[in-house]
Amino acid sequence: MTAHEADCEKCEELLQGYLDRDLTADEVVIAEGHLNGCDYCRRRYRFEEHLRRYIRVSASERMPAGLLAKLAELRGPTVDL
Amino acid sequence: MSESGAESEADAGRRIAGEARERVRFEEEALELADQVYRVARRMVGTREEAEELVQDTYARAFRGWRSFTPGTNMRAWLLRILTNLNTDRGRKIQRTPDTQPLEESDYYLANKLAAVEGEQALEQEQVVERLSQGGVVNALSELPHDFRDVVVLVDLGEFSYADAAQILDIPIGTVMSRLHRGRRILKQTLAEETLS
Repeated sequence: MTAHEADCEKCEELLQGYLDRDLTADEVVIAEGHLNGCDYCRRRYRFEEHLRRYIRVSASERMPAGLLAKLAELRGPTVDL
Repeated sequence: MSESGAESEADAGRRIAGEARERVRFEEEALELADQVYRVARRMVGTREEAEELVQDTYARAFRGWRSFTPGTNMRAWLLRILTNLNTDRGRKIQRTPDTQPLEESDYYLANKLAAVEGEQALEQEQVVERLSQGGVVNALSELPHDFRDVVVLVDLGEFSYADAAQILDIPIGTVMSRLHRGRRILKQTLAEETLS
């Protein structure tokens, strides 16, 4: 493995933490330093960002009509306030 | 039972009215969150009917136990805590354990597969993800082992923090992170296999 490939591997390891903003300051420097010079990794980070948004939108299903009314019926007794 | 300083009838009336106002406020705030609660519930169970039932059971319990909610804290997380407890209580179907699935331990796996099919430049374009299809995403999520799925759904769909997800599921934050990372990898592998093969 070349030194560059080793850096790509490290960058891949940092992908999830980076997008979750959960890396240490040092790790952010490593990831961004590599991303600045590596199209391969930069594309894959961008792809992951798009993928996450796509998953969120695709998997999100609105509450069925009528459910809110059923939930409201479960409330305690009405009171005059 | 009579105590010195027992409240007068008027005080008792005010206290009861005050408590009723608090309860109504709680109920209204909870109902405003119903759609967001449902969206998370829907991906934790198999069918729309199960999700509706689970949300109704959650609200029934929440409305009965509203006094145990601390005003000013995260009500959405509080409701989801009830929901995941109920979901665990009702027992879950036996699933394939994650260990029996071979796993490509790589976060670039799906991107690499897509790049092989669509070309490296395609990864630059936001639309390339649509190659996966919304139904494919829903399927891949439903096939995740439930421990992983709960965390992925809470964090990636519900947009809860690691800390909130840990509290909701009553597991350590380190477990949230490892399940989340592994769950996302399994998800990407499933997406690659089901939509690109």
